[in-house]
Amino acid sequence: MTVTADKADRAPLVEMRDIRVAFGGVHAVDGVSVDLYPGEVVAVVGGNGAGKTTLIKTLSGAHPADSGTILINGVKATIDSPRDAKAYAIETIYQTLALAENIDAPSNMFLGRELRTKVGTLNDRAMEDAARRVMGRLNPNFENFRVPVNSLSGGQRQSVAIARAVHFNAKIMIMDEPTAALGPAETAQVTQLIQQLKAEGIGIFLISHDIHDVYDLADRISVLLQGKLVGTVNKEDVTIDEVLAMIIMGKLPSETTQRELDDLHR
Amino acid sequence: MSMADPSIDALEATGPREKWSFGALLRTTEIDTRLLGMVAALAVIWIGFHFWSGGTFLTPRNLWNLSVQTAAVGIMATGMVLVIVSRNIDLSVGSMLAVIGMAMALLQAEILPKWLGFDHPMIWIIALLAGLLMGAVLGAFQGFIVAYVGVPSFIVTLGGLLVWRGVAWAMASGRTIAPMDTTFQLLGGGSRGNIGGLWSWLVGIVACVGIVLLLVTGRRQRRKYGFRLRPMWVVVSLGVIGCGVVLGSVGYLNRYMLPERVAAERGGGDIPFGLANPVLIVILVTLVMTFIATRVRFGRYVFAIGGNPEAADLAGIKTRFTIVKIFALMGILVAVGSAVQVARLNAAVSGLGQLTELYVIAAAVIGGTSFVGGIGTIPGAVLGALVMQSLQSGMVLVGVDAPLQDIAVGVVLVVAVAIDSFYRRRAT
Repeated sequence: MTVTADKADRAPLVEMRDIRVAFGGVHAVDGVSVDLYPGEVVAVVGGNGAGKTTLIKTLSGAHPADSGTILINGVKATIDSPRDAKAYAIETIYQTLALAENIDAPSNMFLGRELRTKVGTLNDRAMEDAARRVMGRLNPNFENFRVPVNSLSGGQRQSVAIARAVHFNAKIMIMDEPTAALGPAETAQVTQLIQQLKAEGIGIFLISHDIHDVYDLADRISVLLQGKLVGTVNKEDVTIDEVLAMIIMGKLPSETTQRELDDLHR
Repeated sequence: MSMADPSIDALEATGPREKWSFGALLRTTEIDTRLLGMVAALAVIWIGFHFWSGGTFLTPRNLWNLSVQTAAVGIMATGMVLVIVSRNIDLSVGSMLAVIGMAMALLQAEILPKWLGFDHPMIWIIALLAGLLMGAVLGAFQGFIVAYVGVPSFIVTLGGLLVWRGVAWAMASGRTIAPMDTTFQLLGGGSRGNIGGLWSWLVGIVACVGIVLLLVTGRRQRRKYGFRLRPMWVVVSLGVIGCGVVLGSVGYLNRYMLPERVAAERGGGDIPFGLANPVLIVILVTLVMTFIATRVRFGRYVFAIGGNPEAADLAGIKTRFTIVKIFALMGILVAVGSAVQVARLNAAVSGLGQLTELYVIAAAVIGGTSFVGGIGTIPGAVLGALVMQSLQSGMVLVGVDAPLQDIAVGVVLVVAVAIDSFYRRRAT
């Protein structure tokens, strides 16, 4: 099963072709190709060490690929650093959230891209003002703009990381295990937010080791196993069990038997 | 970025009015409680020593001396804050102080006079600039090894501590280099290195204008963005207290008069010392470093690196180059401290600045800088230096034995940090 035909007439937002990354002799990512369309959520799933995070780091600029091509809007892109990625409107929300714990939410949102006054000093009030605006959209209950983020709850910190991506008009968003550390209410909030971003035409890569976390949100699912792409499927065409079979056995739904699917639950 | 307290995020004070309490008062005024605590500790130390010494500690003369003695450590502590905030340490400042001091001394006492003649007006400028440049280069060199070669700063600067001390000795084969250029000597204070009463008043008035301007523009900014305003009475009392403290200090210090011999040179009579040059330098350095730490990107990045180096990296900050800059800045401040020290001694010896690194680190830490990284303030460090120096001067004044002095300072250091971390834990 491959990508459906109705996508053919639109240009993909991101196309990653034959990406390879090796650490020493280990091929963490071995010739993987995935793509992402505007307003689409593609879940990248796989067990521990499947290469999801490494793959996505090549797109976020945290760890450049050894070989392979990345096309953004059909044009070849060079992404060697987080800065490069941001220039392509790629924003990443890391599992660890990548927040500096000791500084406040606006400073974190604007870290590396601070607003400045005419004389070049930090314009903290303008940054706080902008943060309040974005947060008003994402999480209206958020009020702690002047405390270090280490005193915020997991969900609030998540909102800060997402607000950073939203404020800088991300076209492509990468979320690494966005709900892994959250409670049910906060998860619902993030889910709702993802729907909202999707409606705004943002393409989202959702990274997860647990298909249950992302199945409801995903439009397509790319499964990795041991650094290789097992396949990419439309969510509507598969059951969770079939995806599990891909994750665990590396077999496409067409190759699995009912017997094997039943065995998954044993 | 904020070192402010948690309760000021609401646009308006909503809900039932807070019951009156000291904590609520602090929140309304938005005063840094840590800094306030240090001022209180300092007051206790001063008053304690005043009575213990039979009324000599709080005399204009003693406070004036205290201000001069605090200068060099205070200057360097501001740089140490950034070093420690970025999760590094610099153990080499004492030795670097010696090597830079030796270089500046050799330049003005032996090398430059050969070409320019003694007391040429350019000598002190050339010597000082050379020292500053040397500080920047040595600091950047150590920072480079830390950031790009990946040797922990503890090791790099421990090496520096040994190397620079040795170099300082080798530069003059252990000789004492003296005397310094007469203009250069003014950097160290003394009976000539001060600005006199009138100028001190002017500095005080400028400071008051600055305080008022800060309060006014702060209020205007808050109104512009619709943030909660502090009540008017708070702003006014902060202004009055701030200006009162500044003018009161100047007035009190101005009661320390020049000795007759020096006064006679300036026309005789009662002439106040006024603020000493090293004190002016500390004030200037504190202002500049506070500005760097809180108002520009570099400072923000230093704190971000200290809070989460990985996040700083992923945010696109050039973390390695930032580390190099931190150490270069530390080196420059060591050069400033060295100039003050050498000028005050009117000589350079290779043993200059021994153990200074420990006092500088202690000042930063007493001033609230945390070894966890990411936490610390510049004014806190300068206050920390003042606390340390007050203890030492006070004990000298009341005649405590030298070994006991060390014991007391050591105990205070540990207790101060213990109290600080206790409150920090409770706060989060």
